[in-house]
Amino acid sequence: MRGGGRATGGRTLWDSSVGKKTVMAVSGLVMLLYLVVHMIGNLKIFFGPGEFDHYAHWLRVVGEPFMHYEWTLWLVRVVLLVAVVAHATSAYQLSRRDIKARPTKYVHKKRRASYATRTMRWGGIILGLFLVWHLLDLTTGTVHPGFRPGHPYRNVVDTFSTWYGNVLYIVAMLALGLHVRHGFWSAAQSLGVGSRTRDRFLKTTANVLALVLTVGFVSVPVAVMTQVVS
Amino acid sequence: MSPYADYATGEPVADTKAPAGPVAERWDTRRFEAKLVNPANRRKHTVIVVGTGLAGGAAGATLAEQGYHVEQFCYQDSPRRAHSIAAQGGINAAKNYRNDGDSVHRLFYDTVKGGDFRARESNVHRLAQISVEIIDQCVAQGVPFAREYGGLLDTRSFGGVQVSRTFYARGQTGQQLLLGAYQALSRQIAAGNVTMHPRTEMLDLIVVDGRARGIVARDLITGTIDTYFADAVVLASGGYGNVFYLSTNAMNSNATAIWRAHRRGAYFANPCFTQIHPTCIPRTGDHQSKLTLMSESLRNDGRIWVPKAKGDTRPPAEIPEDERDYYLERIYPSFGNLVPRDIASRAAKNVCDEGRGVGPGGQGVYLDFADAIARMGRTAVEARYGNLFDMYQRITDEDPYEVPMRIYPAVHYTMGGLWVDYDLATTVPGLFAIGEANFSDHGANRLGASALMQGLADGYFVLPSTINDYLARHPHADEIGADHPVVQEVLAETEDRLHLLLAVDGDRTPDSFHRELGELMWEFCGMARSDAGLRKALERIPQIREEFWRRIKVPGTGEEFNQSLEKANRIVDYLELAELMCLDALHRAESCGGHFREESQTPDGEAAREDDAFSYAAAWEFTGTGEAPTLHKEDLVFEYVHPTQRSYA
Amino acid sequence: MRLTLRVWRQKNAGTEGAMSPYEVDGISPDMSFLEMLDVLNEQLILSGEEPVAFDHDCREGICGACSLVINGEAHGPERTTTCQLRMRSFQDGDTLDIEPWRASAFPVIKDLVVDRSAFDRIIQAGGYITAPTGSAPEAHATPVPKPDADFAFEHAECIGCGACVAACPNGAAMLFTSAKVNHLGVLPQGAPERASRVLDMVSQMDEEGFGGCTLTGECATACPKGIPLFSITKMNREFVQAARKGR
Repeated sequence: MRGGGRATGGRTLWDSSVGKKTVMAVSGLVMLLYLVVHMIGNLKIFFGPGEFDHYAHWLRVVGEPFMHYEWTLWLVRVVLLVAVVAHATSAYQLSRRDIKARPTKYVHKKRRASYATRTMRWGGIILGLFLVWHLLDLTTGTVHPGFRPGHPYRNVVDTFSTWYGNVLYIVAMLALGLHVRHGFWSAAQSLGVGSRTRDRFLKTTANVLALVLTVGFVSVPVAVMTQVVS
Repeated sequence: MSPYADYATGEPVADTKAPAGPVAERWDTRRFEAKLVNPANRRKHTVIVVGTGLAGGAAGATLAEQGYHVEQFCYQDSPRRAHSIAAQGGINAAKNYRNDGDSVHRLFYDTVKGGDFRARESNVHRLAQISVEIIDQCVAQGVPFAREYGGLLDTRSFGGVQVSRTFYARGQTGQQLLLGAYQALSRQIAAGNVTMHPRTEMLDLIVVDGRARGIVARDLITGTIDTYFADAVVLASGGYGNVFYLSTNAMNSNATAIWRAHRRGAYFANPCFTQIHPTCIPRTGDHQSKLTLMSESLRNDGRIWVPKAKGDTRPPAEIPEDERDYYLERIYPSFGNLVPRDIASRAAKNVCDEGRGVGPGGQGVYLDFADAIARMGRTAVEARYGNLFDMYQRITDEDPYEVPMRIYPAVHYTMGGLWVDYDLATTVPGLFAIGEANFSDHGANRLGASALMQGLADGYFVLPSTINDYLARHPHADEIGADHPVVQEVLAETEDRLHLLLAVDGDRTPDSFHRELGELMWEFCGMARSDAGLRKALERIPQIREEFWRRIKVPGTGEEFNQSLEKANRIVDYLELAELMCLDALHRAESCGGHFREESQTPDGEAAREDDAFSYAAAWEFTGTGEAPTLHKEDLVFEYVHPTQRSYA
Repeated sequence: MRLTLRVWRQKNAGTEGAMSPYEVDGISPDMSFLEMLDVLNEQLILSGEEPVAFDHDCREGICGACSLVINGEAHGPERTTTCQLRMRSFQDGDTLDIEPWRASAFPVIKDLVVDRSAFDRIIQAGGYITAPTGSAPEAHATPVPKPDADFAFEHAECIGCGACVAACPNGAAMLFTSAKVNHLGVLPQGAPERASRVLDMVSQMDEEGFGGCTLTGECATACPKGIPLFSITKMNREFVQAARKGR
């Protein structure tokens, strides 16, 4: 060991490229867990406005009486915000480092990495932009003409009754699938849980997760378009 | 007749450092008698180490651990690339883990006998003693030797000895040992005790007031020629097999460091002792730039043969059993395919000379695994030799599981080198030579798995003990600087040489000269040497040298990265060294080990040693380019292993 | 065989480089790739041009000096080193693009020669076991389970050529670093420095300006010695554990 004193724990992680990948992995997994819950919640739309709106309301009163109105929701929002910021900051810093590390491209181009791997950066940016639109559309209603607070069922059907709402959403969800597919497996490697024997399991899990999330999320706009939900 | 052949004989040279007394106690005695340097004073001493192979890497790391400041040089871009890395087979050590009758004395005996009684007993015994410590040291460094299921180290028998004393790491033992030394060296570089100069090539030795005080070296990136000073200089620059152009040496391995030291006064001993390794992949054409060794272990299971009939060009599978000549098994029934390297090589040459060689140009013999595959099954053969078979297939495009391999001997190692005493000190005070760069331990033939042992013994254990004695006796050398007249002179000579190489602007490339010299040496100073042939070579070499200085073409300048210039400058030294090799071979009118003189053989064609006339090491003193050198003989005394004619029949 | 070569020519680190076209003829399929370049260089010298500079030494696939990107692939189309690549892997009439390793941590020295001393500094940061000469215990004092010894060997095989960095779209040295971390970390002799080793080596790796890992797997595909991608995973685990302990 050189130099004697060494920063501990978090600092060591944040200061190193390997540590930042750990941060990305953990924050990514937090978001992934949230997405699974979110997706399941979304499926309630198939049981009609009553049940869907009731579920949305319940989200605000979870934990009562111990928690105040919307406390749990805000707690989740804070955790998610931290995860998003950590994920995006690490991604930005790592990408800058990566680009700097390879300033000159090969004259002879040869591409080999899988589609998902290569689209992690672009996919991440698409998802980030989508997230902004999604919050302005269905949480605050800022960009949602005729937004009605407290009536999520109505708002969702509204959004998916426009062509651009469907396009934005479906494209983002496809990007999400690809992102999760490589991201989940990649997170396992960053956390050091991958191994030769476990690889098939991890890859299968990643594929299943990606597929389930994409299908689950996309089923809603499809249902609205096909008038299964209206 | 070449004037060079007319050498003078000077005073005998003697090793004054080896203590008297029982051979087993000499190393202890010497270590006790050697003066020590006070640990506090060590940091005031600087030692230059040239080369970062097993010997140099180990020495640099160990000297730095002891507290000396080390300035270390290598021509490669990293100390990790020294050619020790290419050794495949293994490293011998008298651990006797197998309880198969091995001992320090047996390793000592085998090495002296294997060297055909042309090595110094004291040195060889010390080598055998230290072999045991080397394994401990390497294991502690994390060298991943092969292990058995119980977790203990595995050993195998190697090179025709009857005990299993060879430790190995698959087919990459040299690599693993070298990385161990490199890592130890890296630790010292990080600690500031070693200043590493990669891509820096030593071009001359600085001798002031009779003592080695530094080197002239060229930064291969910028072309800057600089001087470096120290209290002692250690050459660990390897062997000179590249004189032959085609060899198993790395492309850039060269003789410049030792040859320049020789020119500055260090005696060069037994230059003609060259080891030709029997199992290399034959050359495929004139474009060939180097030869690739296949581990000797292949001879454990492969059978060597050629067709009985001359010029038989049938594919091997179509040659019936009774038309094949398993010549090693025929001539040497008790050792068969496992005879020592020099014997296996010469036998291959003989059958090829008879016109029974196989493959393009008839320069090859079969190494056949058909019987082994039938006996053990393909899987077992694959487990044992899979990586070698793959390598062979990649190079030749032939599947050795289906078609017998073709092999042919190639220059592999040089037993000769700078003359050193028991302390590994050359005849220039303050100049030491270790590893393949010296001549000390292998006599006229090196046994398999002994080169790694010697390199590490010299680097980790011998030199770091003996150099203390020199430094303790020469405590306060006067500071010298770049403006010292001697330094200026050496520097100017080096610069002039390079300028001249660039200025000739002739019409032949460096490689064309190197190839020409190599072919000449292979023909006349290769596996079999004769009086007439050697005289012919001695005639021809000065002519090539003259032509070289007239027609060489080196593009570019000296003030930049210039690989042609590096190459040409190395050839300058090969062109002188080759002459000394031929002279040494000519003067030694006996056959011993790797040196086979056609005039000196038994009626059945075996090497005949002439102990009465040649039981000495020939140490040559430089007297000038093209001038006949002076021979100093070191008489070899055998108190423990009595010379017998080697017999492997 | 007759081939068209487009070779990266760059006078020195301070100048711009560009691809230059050359023709070589009479190439035998048995030649190694470097022998083919030897033919080109002999041709260039005789015509008064400067030969193409490239690193090479042992020419038997173990020293790690040779380092060419051929048609966009580190060490060319086969899984081996450039020196072991044979011309029979190509077709008569092919055009071959030959470039140096590209990474900001490996600056070009001349033509196809790059400076890989960053690798040495990563090893200097901790890629060793502290075992001064003479201090070693008897070799059999500590048995090492065979699977561990084999695992160590598999990682110790790294030849430090830098193909992993050259192939990685991020110019990352993760495979190189992890190979040494894992080789030494799994052995009982390497245990005392296990935590500091991984932290120091990763820190040096970052300092040298190598990129981060996005697990594209290009490194392991290019590695002539077959160091597996899981080597990186294992190092990540070692790193996280070491960082948690704080040293």
